[in-house]
Amino acid sequence: MQQFLTQTGSNSSAATSPPASPQPRLRQQQAPRKERDPQNKEKEAPPAAMADEHQDLTRAFAGLGGLGVDETALVSALGRWRRQPEKRAQFRRGFLGFFSASAGAVAGIERCEDEYLLHLQAEFARFKDAAVLWAMHPWERDARWAHHVLHKAHPPQVLVEVACTRAADDLLGARRAYQALYHRSLEEDVAYRVRDANASLLVGLVSAYRYEGACVSEDLATEEAKALAAAVRSAPAAATKLVQNEQVVRVLATRSKPQLRATFRIYMELHGKPLEEDLAAEPCLREAVKCLDSPPKYFSEVISRAFSDDADRQAKAALTRVLVSRADTDMEDIKDAYARQYGAKLADAVAKNTHGHYKDALLAIIGK
Amino acid sequence: MATLKVPATVPPVADDCEQLRKAFQGWGTNEALIISILGHRDAAQRRAIRRAYAEAHGEELLRSITDEISGDFERAVILWTLDPAERDAVLANEAARKWQPGNRVLVEIACTRTSAQIFAARQAYHERFKRSLEEDIAAHVTGDFRKLLVPLVSTYRYDGPEVNTRLAHSEAKLLHEKIHHKVYSDDEIIRILTTRSKPQLLATFNHYNDAFGHRINKDLKADPKDEYLKTLRAIIRCFSCPDRYFEKVARQAIAGLGTDENALTRVITTRAEVDLKLIKEVYQKRNSVPLERAVAGDTSGDYESMLLALLGQE
Repeated sequence: MQQFLTQTGSNSSAATSPPASPQPRLRQQQAPRKERDPQNKEKEAPPAAMADEHQDLTRAFAGLGGLGVDETALVSALGRWRRQPEKRAQFRRGFLGFFSASAGAVAGIERCEDEYLLHLQAEFARFKDAAVLWAMHPWERDARWAHHVLHKAHPPQVLVEVACTRAADDLLGARRAYQALYHRSLEEDVAYRVRDANASLLVGLVSAYRYEGACVSEDLATEEAKALAAAVRSAPAAATKLVQNEQVVRVLATRSKPQLRATFRIYMELHGKPLEEDLAAEPCLREAVKCLDSPPKYFSEVISRAFSDDADRQAKAALTRVLVSRADTDMEDIKDAYARQYGAKLADAVAKNTHGHYKDALLAIIGK
Repeated sequence: MATLKVPATVPPVADDCEQLRKAFQGWGTNEALIISILGHRDAAQRRAIRRAYAEAHGEELLRSITDEISGDFERAVILWTLDPAERDAVLANEAARKWQPGNRVLVEIACTRTSAQIFAARQAYHERFKRSLEEDIAAHVTGDFRKLLVPLVSTYRYDGPEVNTRLAHSEAKLLHEKIHHKVYSDDEIIRILTTRSKPQLLATFNHYNDAFGHRINKDLKADPKDEYLKTLRAIIRCFSCPDRYFEKVARQAIAGLGTDENALTRVITTRAEVDLKLIKEVYQKRNSVPLERAVAGDTSGDYESMLLALLGQE
């Protein structure tokens, strides 16, 4: 696929193609990469079949919804419309949004939109990403994700996720991997690159080495639930934002997870609603609380968001990230949480919303 | 340079255990025997002795020690016998629980140990105290000190030698600016001191000196009584010149009326296997008197003998 994509870029130079003066020939060179065009076939086939094929082909190119690319459909389409450039031309003319006849009118082509190229690139890459990430050491995965987020200035969701849902030794491993890969410590880069109000919380979360034992002090949990409530109450009038509140950062970044869960439980008992609800104004803080309280629930929400219609690039990439990183840890819990929250089996939702090898890979990872 | 003197042929572990047991039995304790064994074994050997002792006699060696001896001598022997990671955990726990602004133990642990050692201490802390170190510090330390100390102990610094000169220049400038405006607990100062690697920080401090004509610590002396500033200066000194830092701790422990035994014990037991020799050299230079002589003059009995053994005296 890579080859084809680069060839497209150089379609004007007929270096690799046979003497390409007649335009149909040139298009023939590019066409194998691109879609097939059902419309030519439609001339011969009955309308119902045409519509089906059209649907199939657009799905094959992931032009409309769903993640990944239906490789089998693509291959069969490639075979079906061999040597029929006119059909492909008609298809391009009909496939608005991805091919623009007007933009290419000067050159006599239906120009392929750059956005579509990028979109296609991302969709084809999903399977590759899933496979490569699956093969990597979990610590290296986490380190690379953290680095990517920091250096592309994406929202810090991934950092919160890695810092709060990994076991203490896995977080340490990820920090060591980060140092080996990038010759800086993770805290250094987080502190340096995150310049907004979330900085102190994020540095605290990634630096944590939480106690992993089960002992919980109910008195301490009550005291800290009250402290959190006081912080929430005084937030609107305070000089700094809630996410910068020292008490809040201290509790969330240092207490052990069982202790925090007890604190959240008591908060719910005292105030009748979960802490997350009171943190609606601070998405980073809210995510941290969700991750610390119940990773499976948090992950099933992330997965569901990847399937929604208005999911952006990060939200879609999150699907691979969550499924690959949790395959060996709490996948079963995530499946239960997903079923409870959305009333559908995770495997079914994945099968419905993804295509091709990507789908098969994810279903294999999820297991029965 | 360690000062610990281990005999050329070390007796087998079983013999050491046997001898120690004998030292505890009967009326009284043979302190000299304890010192002659434990005071001349390195960390790995002490660990082996503890394990073998527990197996052979069904009791922890440290338990026997606390039962039989007391006072400063006991504290010195216990701290010495512990593994370095456990020792740091115990000292840190004590410092956190009984924290007051003049306490520098946490700074020492966070700034003079390697990243791996600090992490080993944090793990030992989990096992021993069933809480995380950061948790306890955050719960007992308040205000600006907490803002500084929690990240200081939580960080896992990169331990490679790479230095980014441009960054050193810009961060030196940043530090200067913040110090100039007297915002000593500013987020940027804390960020730089608590996340950058040691080589990077040393480059930054060097550049500060080059660019502004004097050391950074000179600019942090605005108020000589301010404990927060003293803490900042201690951090910088621990990074730049740990031997001189510890020499000062030892000197202040010994000088004047009375002795700060806790500080003296701490310096000697934590550095005997690290750089106590260097500290002794600095002490001699600064005070014209060998550290052993000063210790002997200021302490007595078994406590003195233990310290002298760790200082390398035969």
